[in-house]
Amino acid sequence: MLEIGLGHYLTVGAILFVLGVFGIFLNRKNIIVILMSIELILLSVNLNLVAFSSNLGDLTGQIFAMFILTVAAAEAAIGLAIVVIYFRNRGSIEVEDVSTLKG
Amino acid sequence: MIAGLAFYAFAAVLIASAVMVVTSRNPVHSVLFLILGFFNAAALFLLAGAEFLAMILVIVYVGAVAVLFLFVVMMLDIDFAQLRQGFQRYAPVGAVIGGILLLELLFVFGAWQSSGQAGVLRLNPVAGDVQNTVAIGRVLYTEYVFLFQAAGFILLVAMIGAIVLTHRDRARSKRQDITAQVTRRTQLDMASVPVGASIGQLGILRPLPPEEPKPKAVAHGHQGHDDHGHGGHGHGGHH
Repeated sequence: MLEIGLGHYLTVGAILFVLGVFGIFLNRKNIIVILMSIELILLSVNLNLVAFSSNLGDLTGQIFAMFILTVAAAEAAIGLAIVVIYFRNRGSIEVEDVSTLKG
Repeated sequence: MIAGLAFYAFAAVLIASAVMVVTSRNPVHSVLFLILGFFNAAALFLLAGAEFLAMILVIVYVGAVAVLFLFVVMMLDIDFAQLRQGFQRYAPVGAVIGGILLLELLFVFGAWQSSGQAGVLRLNPVAGDVQNTVAIGRVLYTEYVFLFQAAGFILLVAMIGAIVLTHRDRARSKRQDITAQVTRRTQLDMASVPVGASIGQLGILRPLPPEEPKPKAVAHGHQGHDDHGHGGHGHGGHH
């Protein structure tokens, strides 16, 4: 039980992933928490990649975890910039208010 | 033994902080719990033997991304209590979908097995004699150098995009607008001037300012060059 293998890491990753998805549904209005949930999802993917990399003795997983980290940082920066300018123009960040382009 | 206990402790704190990120009432608390979760995930990475990635996680996520989240949450003046409405309404839907997803992942996990040739099929086997950072560097700068460059390009594009999106170009200084000067409407009007009338009686005749749509942000910045002849009142708008 106290021998930590691949399955433990995969379980933690799966729980984290599900929590991220649950957070997206739970905070339908607050887009900042939705972005945080996406960060959680990406973190769980990183955890899976690192676990497989450690289990198989293959460095490729860690390399790709680093690339995912890069993309997550870029996504957070762009997403928060969009949130900021949307709030500046509209005074609200509710997701349901973002319907200007709806026909 | 110790590693196992540490794994359970870090994983428990990580999952608990993820729950608090999702369900917390105050977004500032969400960000702080996110930081706690990132620290624990870094500890899990350390336990898995990915030291470099753990440190990168702390530096990038905690030092940059979470602080960026905190900055935005505190900068925007949002009524967070109003955003919480519908929390109970969406909770069952999210719980059902999350449960289904977890069930699917458990099914996948139950039916999954590693290949017997996994040791042979390794792309970049871990070299036993060097540190984790050195090993990553050896692979990253040789085999994945183009992906590395692409990652740098993504960061550059994200930086430029964020700056372009949030940059506000205020009209702070009065510059010379060459285009407005060149394309200014010039016309000659014939006027019948009474004999002996001086310029003090007539005033300086200027053409009417062109009818142009005014931008909503800068209401007084562009009409300064049309009313120089009417004494000093044209400068009142600039101060």
